[in-house]
Amino acid sequence: MGFFHRHRGLTPYLLLAPGLAWLAVFFLVPLGFLAYQSLQSGSFDVAYAFDWSWGNYWDALQRYHEQLTRSIIYAGLATVFALLISYPLAYWIAFRGGRWKNLLLIMVIAPFFVTYLIRTLAWQTILADQGPVVGIFRDVGILGDGGRLLATSTAVVAGITYNFLPFMALPLYVSLEAIDHRLIEAAEDLYASRLQAFLRVTLPLSLPGVVAGTLLTFIPAAGDFINAELLGTPKQTMIGNVIQSKFLELGDYPSAAALSFTLMAVILVLIAIYARALGTEKLTG
Amino acid sequence: MRFVRRHLLTLYAILAFAYLLVPIGLVILFSFNNPTGRYNYTWRGFTLDHWRNWDGVPGLREAMTLSLEIALLASIVATVLGTLIALALVRYGFRGRGGTNLLIFLPMATPEIVLGASLLTLFLNLKVFLGFSTILIAHIMFCISYVVVTVKARLVGFDRSLEEAAMDLGANEWVTFRKVTLPLIAPAILAGALLSFALSIDDFVITYFNAGSEVTFPLFVWGAARVGAPPQVNVMGTLIFVVALGLMVLNVLLQRTREGRAAT
Repeated sequence: MGFFHRHRGLTPYLLLAPGLAWLAVFFLVPLGFLAYQSLQSGSFDVAYAFDWSWGNYWDALQRYHEQLTRSIIYAGLATVFALLISYPLAYWIAFRGGRWKNLLLIMVIAPFFVTYLIRTLAWQTILADQGPVVGIFRDVGILGDGGRLLATSTAVVAGITYNFLPFMALPLYVSLEAIDHRLIEAAEDLYASRLQAFLRVTLPLSLPGVVAGTLLTFIPAAGDFINAELLGTPKQTMIGNVIQSKFLELGDYPSAAALSFTLMAVILVLIAIYARALGTEKLTG
Repeated sequence: MRFVRRHLLTLYAILAFAYLLVPIGLVILFSFNNPTGRYNYTWRGFTLDHWRNWDGVPGLREAMTLSLEIALLASIVATVLGTLIALALVRYGFRGRGGTNLLIFLPMATPEIVLGASLLTLFLNLKVFLGFSTILIAHIMFCISYVVVTVKARLVGFDRSLEEAAMDLGANEWVTFRKVTLPLIAPAILAGALLSFALSIDDFVITYFNAGSEVTFPLFVWGAARVGAPPQVNVMGTLIFVVALGLMVLNVLLQRTREGRAAT
């Protein structure tokens, strides 16, 4: 321990070193390799060689803009639905949960304890043609007689919404639970209606949770391929499916790498627009 | 009007809970199903066969064992590495804090498919053999950030006067850490470890890219899903669910009794 006394300034770096080294070598360096790979050309059978093939990106956008757009739309829809479902739920737990708050919260994240693939398969069962939901929807007339849910865009969006919902609900709950109730009472004392108090006090104060939740839901949702694979058809193919098959089935690494970076770039641009639209001062305040 | 609105919200919450929990109920229910064909989609009657015969599907036991081994090792390593980072971030002022925070945050904000694909590119370019070690490397990588976040949250509210008291009484830094700090932050470390374990045992995408010919439990489910997943998959899913849920509830109850004791 004498060493630490003599070199106190070194201690934080010694603590950080192993973990950060791991992240640098197995997260940052691989991203570098992915960038390198994305600018290569050649073929799987012979070899790929680095030659600044920016054409891979152009190609990716041109040939797969449809899947890219679809991923953004599906992920966007799923994020909105997750917000609409979770906000009232998180609000109810935070304000009405009483001493059961923590246990109710566990119920919200319970889906996470079921293996991702298994809970997606459960949605296959629920939405199947012989399943209860299709039956009810046909009886009520939402679906025609031959109408289906499984293997449609609806099924894929429903699956994504369900699978990433806890990512939305948790940050929402955290920000709602932290709100000082006296602020809401003060608004009501000053003759704000309940709706006004909600819109002018509760909602703005919960905004950091909304932002965190939408990002945590949207980002993984945009890269997902499991829901499209298990609940959709080739017509619902998302960009994740393309990347996955190019990498693991076709061995077209440069194109797959270019698509990965295109996806990242699109996500970053959308996040920047989103942050600008909301106003950064609101996010930090 | 107020009465109605109050109950409207409660009703909405109940419906939302139903939406969240019905699929889980279905997973559990179908582990008791007695399907006639290969597809375990429609209810054909109750049976305990698949619970008794949980090992009856070739490859399932091996996949589950591999998943458990990986999850155990990954959560131990990630918890140690992550806890050290959290200690450094909360306890010390140092240059490069912003960069460190960014490096912790980025893996959580990157789509899994990009994490998986980039790691595979690294391994392919360096001609690393894909298998147990590459899966383990990947799992440790994506667990570290979550451990840091979990442990950091608890360390921030830590009362440092207890450590100072120990030092005043003649304990050196190491003894203070072992006898005072560690027991106090142990629940946070345990929470980080459990989270890592859960993330690891559930991971499909990153593993799928880096597993080579190894098959973890989620990979087994993926393969089985194409030809119709046997009810034994639901049995395993139910077991994982019950254990994870049990640990979470236990954690909450322990916290409650501890807080109750502190209040009296």
